[in-house]
Amino acid sequence: MRETDIAIIGGGPAGLSAAIYAASLGAKITLIDDGLELGGQLIKQTHKFFGSDTQFAGIRGIEIAKKMIQEIERHKNIELITNATVTGYYEDEVITIIQGADGNIMKKLKAQRIIVATGASENMLPFINNDLPGVYGAGAVQTLMNLYGVVPGNNVLMVGAGNIGLIVSYQLLQAGIKVEAIVEALPKIGGYLVHASKIRRLGVPIYTSHSLKEVYGTDCVEKAVISEINKNFEFIPGTEKELEVDTICLAVGLSPLSDLLWQAGCQMKYVAELGGHVALRDDNMKSSLDNIYIAGDVAGIEEASSAILEGKIAGLNAAVSLGYRVDNFLELNINLRKELKGLRANPLSEKVKIGLEKALIKREVD
Amino acid sequence: MLEKTGIPTDDDLKKIIPDKERLAKGPVVIIECFQKIPCDPCAISCKFGAIKPFKDINDLPQVDFNKCTGCGICISACPGLAIFVIDKNYSEKESLVKLPYEMLPLPEKGKEIYALDRAGKIVSKAKVVRVQKIKNKTNIISISVPKNMAMKVRSIKVEDKNQ
Repeated sequence: MRETDIAIIGGGPAGLSAAIYAASLGAKITLIDDGLELGGQLIKQTHKFFGSDTQFAGIRGIEIAKKMIQEIERHKNIELITNATVTGYYEDEVITIIQGADGNIMKKLKAQRIIVATGASENMLPFINNDLPGVYGAGAVQTLMNLYGVVPGNNVLMVGAGNIGLIVSYQLLQAGIKVEAIVEALPKIGGYLVHASKIRRLGVPIYTSHSLKEVYGTDCVEKAVISEINKNFEFIPGTEKELEVDTICLAVGLSPLSDLLWQAGCQMKYVAELGGHVALRDDNMKSSLDNIYIAGDVAGIEEASSAILEGKIAGLNAAVSLGYRVDNFLELNINLRKELKGLRANPLSEKVKIGLEKALIKREVD
Repeated sequence: MLEKTGIPTDDDLKKIIPDKERLAKGPVVIIECFQKIPCDPCAISCKFGAIKPFKDINDLPQVDFNKCTGCGICISACPGLAIFVIDKNYSEKESLVKLPYEMLPLPEKGKEIYALDRAGKIVSKAKVVRVQKIKNKTNIISISVPKNMAMKVRSIKVEDKNQ
């Protein structure tokens, strides 16, 4: 059977940074990703990232992915298994992998440490006719447009004014597609206001305290009805507006993809502030099981910049726990944690911080 | 209200617009960044120290308008596309607005295009004075607009001949 020091599941920003960091300490890494190419959601991100200048700020997501993938390729001790899904984790520390378009290749891998960086899945929204062709998740719209150069439709209603809804609206406009409106159920725009302003000044109205009520169409989406909602998220009669759209793009939040962590028997907890069920973890991103670490959206829905830092922390600690050495480990570890704390030291991160506190295993480590 | 509409209010703008004397002196930066988020490339891009170094990555940008030359290097550095440069007295009747632009096609120098306000409404016509192609693909477009529009115009509409 194949053996490795650290298996990293997921090749998005968290998994890539964990692999690079752990490999730089000398650990043998096996990185498993379900995509045709590495990078996770980063390879669809055409906007410049926020964050600190020392950490990719001002660089477009797709460029960040390229840089990280180049670095992965430089490390001879990173083995890649792409186009592959990890389907199970077993008590003898073996994971099973199904590979290929038909899923007819099965591999088994025994790893001393596992870093789960599986990311998140998109939330669905209940409304009448939500199964009509033309109803997309924002991730699918990005995949079609930014990976394959295919426009999803001509007139779009965006549902959700978080960062994903705002960013994908902007990308649609860049592709020459009309965004009729953005609706947001909450009374305030959830994403960064600079994203909102840049879309607004291109003429796209943002309706807060509004939601999608119904979609009409025979074979595909032909019309949408939006309506104002009250504090209890109930539609207010008489406030309906009809929009001539052929595409509904849903950007209504993400949920951590934590199935493997459940199966492994990690202590799990429902933390609404982090987007759903997450594994409890300590400051080093170690779960309640000594051999399993987590990083990125699976640990709580946040930004790519925090996923990259969590990946570094998980990678560093997993490698050190196997006896790989680095000078000034304690200092490095503390600095990474400080940097992560710094990213979250703003009012928009308040909710995440409450959630992280609920998911933290407090250990006397230092 | 900015948090509901995405459009900064007059009260928001008051906090960040330089005084009349400075505006009269020549090109100057206008940073329409009103929310604390972890982001600092503007301060690092400024070679004159006009955008003061951040103590915390989540700080709002603070500008020393006397140090700002209106060079515009921060326009394409800003991930949020929130930075503009205004030259109030570009000519007797017109002001110059430099803005970030990530759409295609790019406008052509010398051509007349539509100028839009912060809500995306067409408020005047504008003449394209300069098109700077920037390596990071946030290009900078300089347009001349009637003087009373300098603080209103923040976007442009370019007709695509291919459509």
